[in-house]
Amino acid sequence: MDSVVSQLSIQDLNVWYGGQHALKNITLEIPRHEITAIIGPSGCGKTTLLKSLNRLIELNPHTRVTGQVLLDGENIYAPGVDVTQIRARVGLLAQKPFPLPMSIYDNVAYGPRIHGLKNGRMDDLVQHYLEAVELWDEVKDRLKSPATGLSVGQQQRLCLARALAVKPEILLCDESTSALDPISARAVERLLSSLKNEYTVVMVTHALRQAHRMADHVIFLWLGELVEQGPAEQIFEHPAEARTQAYLSGEIG
Amino acid sequence: MNKISGLETIQPAVESSRIQRRAARQQGQRWRILLDKLAGQGMGAITLAACALIIIVGYVLITRAWPLISTRTPGTLIFSDAWHPSQGEFGFWAFIMGSASVTLLAMLIAVPAALFSAIYLAEYSRARAVLKPLLDVLASIPSVIYGLWGVLFVVPLVRDHVSPWADRFLGDAIPFFANHNPTGYGLLSGSFVLAIMVFPIIVSVTDEVLRSVPQGMREASLALGATEWETTKLVVVRKALPGIIAATVLGFSRAFGETLAVLMVAGNVVQVPRSLFDAVYTLPALIANNYGEMMSIPMYDAALMAAALILLVVVLVFNIMARLILIHLSQESKA
Ligand SMILES: Nc1ncnc2c1ncn2[C@@H]1O[C@H](COP(=O)(O)OP(=O)(O)OP(=O)(O)O)[C@@H](O)[C@H]1O
Ligand SMILES: [Mg+2]
Repeated sequence: MDSVVSQLSIQDLNVWYGGQHALKNITLEIPRHEITAIIGPSGCGKTTLLKSLNRLIELNPHTRVTGQVLLDGENIYAPGVDVTQIRARVGLLAQKPFPLPMSIYDNVAYGPRIHGLKNGRMDDLVQHYLEAVELWDEVKDRLKSPATGLSVGQQQRLCLARALAVKPEILLCDESTSALDPISARAVERLLSSLKNEYTVVMVTHALRQAHRMADHVIFLWLGELVEQGPAEQIFEHPAEARTQAYLSGEIG
Repeated sequence: MNKISGLETIQPAVESSRIQRRAARQQGQRWRILLDKLAGQGMGAITLAACALIIIVGYVLITRAWPLISTRTPGTLIFSDAWHPSQGEFGFWAFIMGSASVTLLAMLIAVPAALFSAIYLAEYSRARAVLKPLLDVLASIPSVIYGLWGVLFVVPLVRDHVSPWADRFLGDAIPFFANHNPTGYGLLSGSFVLAIMVFPIIVSVTDEVLRSVPQGMREASLALGATEWETTKLVVVRKALPGIIAATVLGFSRAFGETLAVLMVAGNVVQVPRSLFDAVYTLPALIANNYGEMMSIPMYDAALMAAALILLVVVLVFNIMARLILIHLSQESKA
């Protein structure tokens, strides 16, 4: 793949949890402004790979990471790199929504405030991102009430607004629709699809139909190894590897 | 024929043994159900009895204190510091203020330190497995040992260093730092010993509360580019606030009722303290020092019961207040 279009370049990445080798020699490119789906059976290392991309993996006390993750050519694991800056550039939408213990407004304003935005422009910014996730009309009369009062689907859209408000270049989504009701799930899915003009999206999903609908590029992991990657239609229509074929047809995983 | 009649005689025997077995099983079943009921209701009864105990204690205290309470106005009992038992004057104000000042100062010292320690323990430390049991050991040290330590270490420190220094540099400007008591036994020593005593309790509860904050919430904050400290301060502590308040109140009621350690270092002079170094007399110390001693004085027994009643009411009121705050906060976070 052309290095100009790839925004994230993963080179020889290995991750251990204590003695367990969870990711093995992963080398791949993640193209800019496209949706990349990571698929594979449970426990194959999808979440591990995703969390390696914003160094959230380091929160686990006994993990060891080797290899490189190049973000626009810079290794995010290089010594001296400011991890908070990396995470501002690589946002995360988790599986379950975790609204911060504060108001709806403050949830969206949290990231910008931390990164030094003054309160003056905050109202516009909060409104902009709440509109972007189609939540504004539902919450505009109760911006100051606690975010925990929202439904789970609304909370997840709030979390998306919160992540976008930091203006990341890349958005990581770990099964971000799996905890939602079908209608909310489709809403979030639609939002994510609409984001790819401005953002690079990397999503983990168990739902192959969802990957089919959304992804431009697909990565198939198996027991911590990269089995196959490529354009979505190629992976789904003509998988080169027998294991990919077996997984897609539901025989394994 | 023979066979058939034989069968007929066997058949009822089989039948009856089956019936017996079923009956036995039913017997067993009934016993299990009975045991289940007994266990449920028995435990309920014990719990209820334990709760009723507080009412019984309250009732006994009221009836025993009644001779005094019924013949005095609240003004002369609670808001007066005239304590002249032999003349029939029993004003508790000095003791109430003694207890309140020692406890509040102790909390002022203990809570910030405990909060930071708990944050360190729960969020940063890698030696939690060692430190947490150590704290629980600290919490289980008998209070007389803290009292002794206070007498041997804290009182001399206050007497020889803290109070002369504070008196010299601050005493003239701020009466609260003036030193009229050269012994070292007083408010500051009492508060300090008390603070050390409640510290492990507050740390331990706060640590549990902080750790109950879901990891996903920390990750949400960190993933936005927040530092660990920002995450702790803005997210974890805020989420844990009701629990932190509960921990503080727990420490407060523990400190307010603490008797021996305070009694040993607080000086026990009947006066409303005006300075950090004045001797103070707390309600528990009053009861512990005098019960069984000066009982020949009329009404003295009733006065000590009244003191116990005040103690009980204050601790209960603080607990209930804290519960109400907790309920309010948890409803707010749900709403
Ligand atoms: N904190 C941890 N400590 C130890 N082992 C872990 C930890 N997290 C994950 N693992 C192990 O690493 C492997 C990869 O886990 P990971 O969570 O990345 O899988 P996954 O593909 O996301 O699975 P799922 O689809 O179930 O979410 C698994 O075998 C898992 O047991
Ligand atoms: Mg996962």
